[in-house]
Amino acid sequence: MLEIKGLKVKLEEEDKQILKGVDLTVETGKVHAIMGPNGSGKSTLSYVLSGRDGYEVTGGTATMDGVDLLALEPEERAAAGLFLAFQYPVEIPGVGNMTFLRTAVNAQRKARGEAELSAGDFLKVVRERAKALKIDADMLKRPVNVGFSGGEKKRNEILQMAMLEPRMCILDETDSGLDVDAMKLVADGVNALRAEGRSFLVITHYQRLLDHITPDVVHIMADGRIIRTGGPDLALEVEKNGYADILAETA
Amino acid sequence: MALAKRTTDPALAALELPQGGAWASEARQAARARLAEMGLPGRRDEYWRYTDPTTLISTDPTPAKVGEADDIFAGTNALRLVFVDGVFDADASDGLDESGVEILQLADVTAKDIHWVKEFYGVLEAAGQVPVARPLAALNTATATQGAVIRATGKVSRPVHLIYLRRDETAEAVMHHVVRIEPGADLTLLESGAGAARLSTVMEVDVAEGAAFHHVRLQGRDHERRAATHCFARVAADARFKSFTLTLNGAMTRNETVLTLKGDGGVAHVAGAVVGDGDDFHQDDTVFVTHDAVGCESRQVFKKVLRNGATGVFQGKILVKPGAQKTDGYQISQSLLLDDDSRFLAKPELEIYADDVACSHGSTSGAIDDTALFYLRSRGVPERTATMLLTLAFLAESLAEIDDPALAEELRDRLEGWLARHH
Repeated sequence: MLEIKGLKVKLEEEDKQILKGVDLTVETGKVHAIMGPNGSGKSTLSYVLSGRDGYEVTGGTATMDGVDLLALEPEERAAAGLFLAFQYPVEIPGVGNMTFLRTAVNAQRKARGEAELSAGDFLKVVRERAKALKIDADMLKRPVNVGFSGGEKKRNEILQMAMLEPRMCILDETDSGLDVDAMKLVADGVNALRAEGRSFLVITHYQRLLDHITPDVVHIMADGRIIRTGGPDLALEVEKNGYADILAETA
Repeated sequence: MALAKRTTDPALAALELPQGGAWASEARQAARARLAEMGLPGRRDEYWRYTDPTTLISTDPTPAKVGEADDIFAGTNALRLVFVDGVFDADASDGLDESGVEILQLADVTAKDIHWVKEFYGVLEAAGQVPVARPLAALNTATATQGAVIRATGKVSRPVHLIYLRRDETAEAVMHHVVRIEPGADLTLLESGAGAARLSTVMEVDVAEGAAFHHVRLQGRDHERRAATHCFARVAADARFKSFTLTLNGAMTRNETVLTLKGDGGVAHVAGAVVGDGDDFHQDDTVFVTHDAVGCESRQVFKKVLRNGATGVFQGKILVKPGAQKTDGYQISQSLLLDDDSRFLAKPELEIYADDVACSHGSTSGAIDDTALFYLRSRGVPERTATMLLTLAFLAESLAEIDDPALAEELRDRLEGWLARHH
C-alpha cells in the first residue's frame, strides 16, 4: 500500500534536515505504529505524506500503490485514498461542519469519477456514523471544530475518516490531549474502520493508544530515521524502559 | 474640468436649482447654502483622505460602459419601481397602490406648495452634516428632481424594490428618496442596479417609535460606474433599522451611512460585504452612528475581499452622547487581501461621553489562512473550492445581518458566482 524509500526532508525556510532517510512499507490491511521521542520527525513524516507546504524533499520516494504521492497536490492525495487525522485539528469559523463534510466527500467522489451523494443520502450516512462516535446534531451544525473540546475535535477527525473511507489512514498523535474515556471512544471508531483493504499508520509518543488499537508492526523512529522495527512487544518494551535503551543500542 | 473647492463659494451659491413648489424651493435653497458654505470635498478633508473625490465632482461624468441589467431579487415578490438613468419609468414599474404603504414620486411632491415630506426632505441630511460635512449629500438635496417618497403606515406585506437601470454611457443620475415608517409599521426596501455612469443617491429614513426598516442593497454588474450614496436615518424609541449592502463591482463607490439613535431602546445595524477585483476598483464605506438615547444597540459589520490591486476603505465612528447610558455599540471592519497589491484602509473611531456603556471595535487585515486551506485540501477539497469556502466564511458575519433568509441566500449565491468567476 504505502512504500517509503530513503525519504529525506528538510525545512523549506531553514537549513534543517528533519528526515534523514526513512524506509517504511505498510502492507494492505495492516496497522503499523510509529513511536519515537519528541523531535524524531514523526509528525513531519505525516505532513510530508499529506502534502503540507514548508518542507522540501531532498531525496527518496513515497508511493501509494505505485503512485508517486510526492508529485500530487494534497487534494489529489486525498482523492487517491490518503487521510491524515491531525494532531491539532484546525478550527474554521464560518464553515459549517456538515457543509465541510459534504463538500469533501463529494469533491473526492467527483475526482474519482463517481456520482455525488444527494443531500438526503449524505445526511442519512453522516447521522449514522456520527452516532457511533457520539457526535450529536449540534456538533454537525457548528462551524468546523470551533468551540469543540479536545476530545470532540479528535472524534470529528475520525468522523471525517469514516465518511471519506480512505485506504491509507495516518493518525498523528491522535491520543494527545485525550482522557481515557475519550481515547477509548476514538480507538473504537478507528477499530470499526479496520478492514482488509485499509491500512493504518498510527503515530504516537506513548504506548497507551496501542492498548486499544493493536498494531501488527511497530517502528521506532529517532533523529529522522526508523531505527528499529518489531511486533507489538516492541511498544511494551518502550513503555517499560523508555526510549533511552533503544537509542543507546543504535547509537 | 473639476470644480475647484472652497474658493468657489460664489459659484456654488449661484448653482441653478430645479423649479418647484414653495416648500421644495425653500429646501433646495437651504441645501445650496449649506453646500456653498462647506465647499465640495477635496483630498485634504479628513474624511476624503483615502478616497479621491475628483471623479465624483467633475463637471461631466466619466463615460462608463453599460453592463448587463441585473435580475437580482427577481424571484422575490416585490413592488418594483424602475428608474432608468435616474428617471422614473412608470411603464416598467408596478402599480403603486399597495396596502399599508403610500408611494409617491419626488417630482410630483416637489411641484406642490405644501406637502408632509417637507418635514423630512433635506432635514435629516442637514442634521447629518454635523460634525462631519457631507457636501455631496447637500448637492443632491439641492438638485435632485427624481426619487421615491415612501410612507409605510402598517406592516407592508412585500418589499418595495428600487431598480436602477442604465441605458446611456454618460448619464448622470441624482435621486433623492424619503422614507417614513410610521409608529409600529414595518417595511423592507430593496435597491439594485448600477443607476448611471455616475450615480448620486440620498435616502432619508425616519423610523418612528416601534417601527422597523430593513434595507438590502446590491451594487453590482457595471464595472466602470461611479457612485456616491448617502443614507441618513433617524431611529426612534424601540424602533429597528437594519441595512445591508453587497458591492461587487464599480470603479468608484462611496457609501455613507449616518445613523442617529434618537429614542430609548432603538436598534440600528449597518453592514456591508464587498468583493473587489482590479486596481480600478475603489470602494469606501463611511459610517457615523450617534447614540443619543438610553439603552440603544448599534452594530457595524463590514467585510471586504480584495484582489489584484483593489482598494477598500472603511471609516466608521460611534459617538455616544452625554446621557446615552446603557449603550451597546459594536463595530468590526475586516479585509481579506488575496494578494500583496490590494489595499485596505481603515479608520475606526469611538467617541464616548457617557460612563455606563459597552462599546467595542476591531479592524483587521489578512490573507487566507494557510493552515485552514491545507486542512480543507487534505480532505480532498480542491484549492479553488477551499479558497471560496474560506472567503464565504470570512464574509458570513456581514451576510448574517440580513434578516430574510431567502434574500440572504440569493446574495450568497451571487457572491459564489462572483468568486467562481474571479479566481
